Amino acid sequence: METLADSYADAAINSQLTKEEKIGFLREMFRIRRFEQTSLKYYNLGKMGGFLHLYSGQEAVALGTISLLGENDHVITAYRDHGHALAVGMDPKSCMAELFGKATGCSKGKGGSMHFFAPDKNYWGGHGIVGGQTPLAAGIAFALKYKGLRGCCLCYLGDGAINQGPFHEALNLVALFKLPAIYIIENNGYSMGTSQQRSSAFRDSLAQRADAYNMAWDVFKGEDLYEVRAKTQIAIDRAYHESEPTLLEIQTYRYYGHSVADANAKKYRKPEEIEKYKTQHDPLRIWTQHLLDEAIITEAEVEELDREAKEESNAAVQFAEESPFPEEREILTDIYWEVDHQTDAAKYGRYFFNS
Amino acid sequence: MSLLTYREALKSALSEEIERDENVFILGEEVAQYNGAYKITEGLWKRFGDKRVVDTPISEAGFIGMGIGAAMLGLRPVMELMFWSFAYVAFDQIINNAGCIRYMSGGLVNLPIVIRGPANGGTNVGATHSHTPENILATNPGLKVVVPATAYDAKGLMKTAIRDNDPVLVMENTLLYGEKWEVPDGEYLIPLGVADIKRNGTDITIIAHGRAVLTSLKAAELLAAEHDINAEVVDLRSIRPLDEETILNSVRKTHRALVVEENKPFCSVGTQIAATLQENVFDELDAPVGRLSATDAPAIYSPPLEKKQLPDPQRVIAKVLQIC
Repeated sequence: METLADSYADAAINSQLTKEEKIGFLREMFRIRRFEQTSLKYYNLGKMGGFLHLYSGQEAVALGTISLLGENDHVITAYRDHGHALAVGMDPKSCMAELFGKATGCSKGKGGSMHFFAPDKNYWGGHGIVGGQTPLAAGIAFALKYKGLRGCCLCYLGDGAINQGPFHEALNLVALFKLPAIYIIENNGYSMGTSQQRSSAFRDSLAQRADAYNMAWDVFKGEDLYEVRAKTQIAIDRAYHESEPTLLEIQTYRYYGHSVADANAKKYRKPEEIEKYKTQHDPLRIWTQHLLDEAIITEAEVEELDREAKEESNAAVQFAEESPFPEEREILTDIYWEVDHQTDAAKYGRYFFNS
Repeated sequence: MSLLTYREALKSALSEEIERDENVFILGEEVAQYNGAYKITEGLWKRFGDKRVVDTPISEAGFIGMGIGAAMLGLRPVMELMFWSFAYVAFDQIINNAGCIRYMSGGLVNLPIVIRGPANGGTNVGATHSHTPENILATNPGLKVVVPATAYDAKGLMKTAIRDNDPVLVMENTLLYGEKWEVPDGEYLIPLGVADIKRNGTDITIIAHGRAVLTSLKAAELLAAEHDINAEVVDLRSIRPLDEETILNSVRKTHRALVVEENKPFCSVGTQIAATLQENVFDELDAPVGRLSATDAPAIYSPPLEKKQLPDPQRVIAKVLQIC
C-alpha cells in the first residue's frame, strides 16, 4: 500500500527533482543545523551579544518552502531568521560575522541575529517585533501585483504571532486586495514559554482563522521536505495563477528554548517530548532516510555532507573572529539614504543632534 | 501666481507627482471613492483610477506596514492618515519598520515613503484626535518630519517629500486646509531642512512651526503696532532635518528668542530649539529663551477652553513682553 510520504514524493513538484537536487537539500539542511549549533557554542562562549533564537528542528520548513521559489518570489520572516537566510543563499560567513557584531556582517554589525537582510536575494528580514513583519509582506505582495509581476511573498511567523493585531490586519488586506502573499505559521507549539493551548483560542487549528477572511488555508507537518514542498506548491500556484493569498500552518518543533536566554527552556517542556521529536520527527533524519531508501546516497556520503557543513560553520566562525568590529563612525551611517549618498536633498539642515 | 487653499496646494502636489512617477500612489482611508475625509485627494481617484489611489480599510498598522513593504520593492506610497493621532496604533510600523530597517540592514534597504495627514488640536474633537506627534516622531533617527504652515510650503515640501528616498512624515493642519495663499503656477520644490524667515525683525526672534507660525505673525504685527517691538518670525518648516543655522543667525541678530508651538511642552520641538540656542548662542542672548507651548494637559473638548489651551497672539505678546 502506498504511504502518505510516497504520495508526496510523487507530487509533480517532487517527482521532477534530480538526484543532485535532493542531495543538495540535505546539504542545505546540514548547513543550517551546523550553523545553529556552532553559533550556540560561540554564544555560550560570550562571543556575541543579545538574543539567539535557534532554528534547529524546523529546517525542513524554511528549506522546503524556499526551495520552490523563483525570480519574482520574496521572503520575509521574524527573528528566528538564520535558517531562512541560509536557505535563500546568504553567505554563512556574513551571517556569523553579523552575530559577532563585526563590520563584515550582513548588516555591518548593525542588526544582529534578529535582523538579517539580503535584498539581492529577495530576502527582506529578519524582524524583531512579533508579527511586525506581517503587514510588510502584504506590501511586497501589493508591489508585485502593482508591477504586474507573477510572483509571491512568503511570510513566516511563529504561532505566538497569530494573536497580534497587525497579523489580522494583514490577513484582511491580502484577502481584500487579492494579493499573492503566503503566510506561514511555523507552529512549534510554544509562544515563547506559553503553550499553544494557553495562548490561542482555536477550534481545530490556528490556520482555520483564515476562514474568517475568506482565505485559503492548510495545515500540515513540517518534518518531511516532500510534504512541505507538495503542500506549499499549491499555495504558490494559487498566488501565481489566481493572485490569492493562503495561510499555511506548518507543524514543527524547536529543539532549543525560545532563545538561548530562555531560562525556562527545560521547564515548560518535558525532556521526553524534546527527545521524541529529535528521534522520530527530525527533518534531517527523515530526509536522509528518504535518500537512503531511494538509494541515491550512501551513509558515507551523508557523513561527508555533515562534515562539510561543520567545516563551513567553523570557517564562518574563523571569518567572524578575524573580522574587525565596525569603526565608531559607522554608528552614524545607514540612517538616511540621502545622507549616505550625499545628495542635494541632504545638503540642508541638521540630521543628527549629538552635542 | 494663484491664490490656492492649503488643501488645493497639497492636492496639486499629489497629482503632479502621480503624473510624474508611475511608482507614486496614494493609500489610505476614504482617499479614493469618498474623495478624502478632508478632501485633500478630491477628484484624484476619478482622474487616476484604482491603481494609483487606493482605499484601505480602517487599519492603520496594516496599511502603513503594507506601504512600507511596497516601498521595499521600489514603490513610493503616499499614505494618508485621517488624523496623525491615528498613527499611534501604527507606531511599530512607523518607528521600528520605516525608521529602523535601513539601519538594521546595514544600508541595504531604503524606504521612500510619505505619511501625511493633519496633526493639530483646536477643533474640539477631544484628546484622542488632537495629538501633535512631530516631537515624538522626529526623535527617531531614520525618520524625517516636516510641518508646513502655508499653502506655498505645503506644496513645495510635499513634492520634495515624495521624491525623497527616506521616510518623510508630513504633518498638516485641518484649521489651515481652507486658508488661501499665493502659490506659483509652475512646478517648484522646497528642500527639507530649510527654515523660512516669514517676517524680518530686529528685536526678538520668534521660532515656530505649523499653525503657530501664523499665530506668531499676527502677534508680531500687534507688537509692532502697539509696543514698538519688531519681531522676526522664523518658520522651521522642517523639524528633522532642522535648519539650525537660520535660527542661530536670527538670534545672533536679535539677541532674544521665543519658541512658539502647539506641541505640549515636555520634550517638545521647543525644548530642542531652546537647548540648541543655549549650546550655541548663550553669550549672544540678552534674556533667557522663552517658550510658549500648548497647555500641558490632554486636549480639552470644551470649545472656548480648547482655544485657550493653544498659543494665541495675546499669549505670544505677553511672553514677548516678558523677554523684551
